[in-house]
Amino acid sequence: MNINISNASGEPIYLQIANQIKTLILEGKLKEGEMLPSMRILATELRISFMTTKRAYEELERDGFIESYTGRGSFVKAQNLELYREEQIKRIESLLIEASDTAQKAGITMQELHELLDLVNGGDQHLIMRLRSRA
Amino acid sequence: MTKRYDGFTLDSISFDVPKGCIMGFIGQNGAGKTTTIRSLLHITDIDSGEIRLLGLDHIKDETAIKKRIAVVFDELPFHDVFNAKDMARIFEGMYPEWDNTVYQQYLERFQLPKKKKIGQFSKGMKMKLQIACALSHNAELLVMDEATTGLDPVVRDEILHIFMEYLQNGERSILMSSHITSDLEKIADMVTFIDKGKILLTGYKDEIIESHGILKCDKERIAEIDAEDIVSIRLNNFGAEVMVQDRENASYKYRDCVIDPASLDDIMLYYVHRDVKEWS
Repeated sequence: MNINISNASGEPIYLQIANQIKTLILEGKLKEGEMLPSMRILATELRISFMTTKRAYEELERDGFIESYTGRGSFVKAQNLELYREEQIKRIESLLIEASDTAQKAGITMQELHELLDLVNGGDQHLIMRLRSRA
Repeated sequence: MTKRYDGFTLDSISFDVPKGCIMGFIGQNGAGKTTTIRSLLHITDIDSGEIRLLGLDHIKDETAIKKRIAVVFDELPFHDVFNAKDMARIFEGMYPEWDNTVYQQYLERFQLPKKKKIGQFSKGMKMKLQIACALSHNAELLVMDEATTGLDPVVRDEILHIFMEYLQNGERSILMSSHITSDLEKIADMVTFIDKGKILLTGYKDEIIESHGILKCDKERIAEIDAEDIVSIRLNNFGAEVMVQDRENASYKYRDCVIDPASLDDIMLYYVHRDVKEWS
């Protein structure tokens, strides 16, 4: 398990940890039932406050990613992969509806919208700029 | 508690160190850190108030407390002619829970010679020896006064890591004074700021750092910022930097201003100037 913390990103450290563990779970790198390192060990290893790791785990627990038992440790929770995916799909759907509405109002074709999504996904900023100048 | 000296008063200061926590005790030289620590160790008498260590009264239960705590000073309080082995004998007599095996492990880890006279130790070695002694009798509370000051960054990092290991079981706590906030920025769970004998701020480090921010704006716009949002304002010829105590609220209220995260150093700096409000 790898966790990288940035002190310059401005994002609170507990959120960085929680988000990275979420990603590891969603990517299947941390499997259901797997035990997470103890909060104390994680804090010592990362040289950060124990309170920070505690908050990260609390966040993960609240979002249903892990379960913690006093004295036993924290474990990756089952079932929520599907649920999480569904929730995310719903969220993306509503964002796409907004995008498609905006496109229609502005007279941008579906073809162009598809292209744009590919570009955003590929992260090629030059192509995005070119598409913008075309419009 | 309150402690009055001629020209200096620790003015009804109060803070808690919860079990399992590392509390960073931050302040300028002369702010009252050492006086506070000397008071709670009953090296000096307080004028009024109450101090409890491990739930016990710091005067009535002094003997019981001292067996269960460890203290590290910035200067080695041991005599120059002793060596590390002598220290073990002295501490063994003082602490019922002294563990020679643990002590030997720390000596090896710190690569400290056992028979060399302490007088010939470097500053870093002296501090490591003090820490080795402090960690070898199962102390439930470590009290440290500027323990990492004057050490090089490599040694400081090593020692901070050892402190965190020492707290692994969640039953032990550390009160650590320092004016080097970068050490505490990393490992402290809580921080208490002291200035001119008064506590400015005490609480969870993450919350304190997240709630504060430095708002950047034109000098002309300072008047638009509510006084209650401001800790103090640092002026320069080209603009103003305002420490705000509720970053989220400020970013909502003053939408077009940039608000940077604040470090513990920044927070201390702006609080120290809170009485003058505008400084440069």
